[in-house]
Amino acid sequence: MTDTQAAPAPASFFRRALQQKRFAFGFGVTLLIVLFAILAPFFAPYTEEETAGPPYAPDGLFGTDYIGQDVLSRLMHGGQGVLLISVLATLLGMVLGVLIGVVAAYAGGWWDEVIMRLNDVLLAFPQILLALVVLTALQNPASWVIVVLIGVSHAPRVARVSRGVALGIVSRDFVVAAEALGEKRSRVIVAEVLPNMIGPLLAEAGLRLTYSIGVVAALGFLGFAADPGAANWGQMMNENRLGLQTQPWAVVAPVLMIAIFTIATNLMADGLAQASQKGD
Amino acid sequence: MTATTSATGHVVRRTGGLVIEDLGVSLTGDDVDVVDGIDLVLRPGEVVGLVGESGSGKTTVGTSLLGYSRAGAHISAGRVLLEDRDVLTMHWREVRKLRGEEIAYVPQDPASALNPSIRIGRQIVELQQLRGIGTAGSRLQAARDGLAEVGLPNDDEFLRRYAHQLSGGQVQRVALAMAFLPKPKVLVLDEPTTGLDVTTQKMVLDTMAGLCRAHGVSALYVTHDLAVVANIADRVAVMYAGQIAELGPRDTIFQNPSHPYTRALLDSIPHLSQARALKGIPGRTPSPGRRPDGCRFNDRCGFVVDRCRTEVPELRTIAPDHDVRCHRVGEIGTWDINLGTVPDADPDRARDVILSVEGLTVFYGRKQVVHDVSFDLAKGEVVALVGESGSGKTTISRSVGGLHKDWTGTVAFEGRTLATSARKRTAEDRRRMQYIFQNPYLSLNPRLTIEQIIRRPMELFGLARGKEATDRVVELMGQVALGSQMLHYQASRLSGGERQRVAIARALAAQPDVMICDEITSALDVSVQGSIVELLEGLRQERGISMLFVTHNLALVRSIAASVQILQDGQVVEAGPVVTVMETPREEYTRKLLSNSPRID
Repeated sequence: MTDTQAAPAPASFFRRALQQKRFAFGFGVTLLIVLFAILAPFFAPYTEEETAGPPYAPDGLFGTDYIGQDVLSRLMHGGQGVLLISVLATLLGMVLGVLIGVVAAYAGGWWDEVIMRLNDVLLAFPQILLALVVLTALQNPASWVIVVLIGVSHAPRVARVSRGVALGIVSRDFVVAAEALGEKRSRVIVAEVLPNMIGPLLAEAGLRLTYSIGVVAALGFLGFAADPGAANWGQMMNENRLGLQTQPWAVVAPVLMIAIFTIATNLMADGLAQASQKGD
Repeated sequence: MTATTSATGHVVRRTGGLVIEDLGVSLTGDDVDVVDGIDLVLRPGEVVGLVGESGSGKTTVGTSLLGYSRAGAHISAGRVLLEDRDVLTMHWREVRKLRGEEIAYVPQDPASALNPSIRIGRQIVELQQLRGIGTAGSRLQAARDGLAEVGLPNDDEFLRRYAHQLSGGQVQRVALAMAFLPKPKVLVLDEPTTGLDVTTQKMVLDTMAGLCRAHGVSALYVTHDLAVVANIADRVAVMYAGQIAELGPRDTIFQNPSHPYTRALLDSIPHLSQARALKGIPGRTPSPGRRPDGCRFNDRCGFVVDRCRTEVPELRTIAPDHDVRCHRVGEIGTWDINLGTVPDADPDRARDVILSVEGLTVFYGRKQVVHDVSFDLAKGEVVALVGESGSGKTTISRSVGGLHKDWTGTVAFEGRTLATSARKRTAEDRRRMQYIFQNPYLSLNPRLTIEQIIRRPMELFGLARGKEATDRVVELMGQVALGSQMLHYQASRLSGGERQRVAIARALAAQPDVMICDEITSALDVSVQGSIVELLEGLRQERGISMLFVTHNLALVRSIAASVQILQDGQVVEAGPVVTVMETPREEYTRKLLSNSPRID
């Protein structure tokens, strides 16, 4: 038997998640890194492409890089691009994926089969491969191309998860009740199904953000950044790897930033997933 | 079926019973009592029924007999004496041995207690190995004997089955057999028949009572169902808000209930023999920490005086074996079981048919589950669809409501044939026929507020919008006895009864002519069921709303419906006015259902 007693007002999902150490820590560190990426360029001792001294010299906090630019300044400038591209790519991937997954789950039957089998075909491509194939064909890829490529490669993965979550909701009586009233199908999805998926979807978004950062950094490392001259954490690793022995900071600093960032977002995603399991 | 001759030749044992003294369970950290001051004696071979609504603490008392309290609570006071040994102060190793061997527990959902991947026979043998009972050779035979005792087959084929290959009643009887195997002295049963059909329930109850008597086992039967208790218990303890409100022999409790709460509970349950105007208990059970001063029932009691609000009543003995916790016992007169009876619906009244169902045949995929069912529904009339689980009653109601579309036949609304699915029907038809679901925990979107839920049908059907809609929502909430302060609550904050009222208000918001009620009270407490039925009856009389009422509870049918369709395996076996069918049943199946239904009258 379920309790009849007045349940206290449920704390908002975010507040419940914050009570978890895992989420609170991950969220805090992510926030710090995001703030760093946004604000640091204003405080950087040098501009993005300014030469500060001889190559691989121990000048400044982290020394200089392969053409004598200040590593600290490059680090401070290099976050914005990574951050912006990964966040936008995650958003795009989530919107596309959720749309595919929820529509498949709600339509059911043949529609579900067809959509999800096509989705499986897309899933078969390794995520980075798709990006590489397109990027090698383009001379100077714009940032939005990278966003689209990463977003699209996220979509089928997000679709699987959101279909699974949605399946548990579309068969509930309140969805049937809306159907019986004759609500428009689009409204059933937007007003009845989606609000009940927020917890698991946030967790998935956190995970996708982690992957996005990884892929953006990897593409930068492989030399497919939008602007070859600009600072970019992934690209910095590639540029300076030859001097690893003489001036390790030029590589280690961006690596650390990416590592901390991905671990933080991953902790955040884990915390969200746990909070969404406990809730409801 | 339930004749359980003791094949193994059990000797009736004399056991010492169990004594509970001043038991208290508190929430950890808050120091708030969940239950307190529980004194109860289980005499040898006696079945004591522990009755109460959700939140009364009955399950908490049940599990504390095994020295267990759920996470977040702890047993804070009292003693549980089994043959002069206190269960609560024992070392955990001793308690572990005691659980199952001396005090056994049968849970509400036995399916979750059986391992789905181990065969039944193996599980029973394993239990004996764990407890060190018998020898390797004797265990299989003991398993067979145990199954025979609970009236189950005990051949190899049955022993090789998995839990999912048994019916709900069989699983529950396997659980009983396993509970009895170590020959416990005390048995704690936590709503073991909730969710079972009446026939299966009767079988399980008879088996349990027989075993308790044969083995001299004392049993504590925890339930919310007074009718069940009236059939099996020797004594009854009524719990309210963590305390025993009344305790006495079964006949005393049902013929001379002396606590206002016991009386209110009895007033809220329907009888098989006579239609009643059911009454709910206003308000809700207070949760731990919010219980009122003085008598805990004072805010819902019809006999309340100032003294009840300030002074805490003691559990007083008013007759041999009969204890009541009420200041005004003796001042509030006697109680009559026939209070509240009303004449049955007149079978010969004029009928103005609004909905007719002809030759309804329903499929799930290729499987035909409903066969050629026909009935009709008149204006302002309640027609009940009754049957056990799997009889197709819900399937019929869903097909009529357009929620299931794989059916053939004719459903005509005021003479117009309706399309199979709700989406293909006209908006007007959808508005005029509303469906209310069984489980209010699933039928309301937990993310929306009460106001959003109730006003949606008005906006959708263009009945009202803006300020006017809000006013109508408040008005409807008043009609279903919900305070307007709940307007902006999310559905997840409400209790089951309140949610079901919201669901009814949502249906009413569309101003329907027909409401299809699918087991709408089966997930609720009896007092809540009483008030929901009271509400529906009022709506029927005032607005002339017709209802198709799906239920498995025949007693409820007697009080609410004018005519009834008895279903078995997707076919109507008997139909007619409620009085006729229930007083003079023609079919064997109807008679069986009637005789298996637990009754208190």
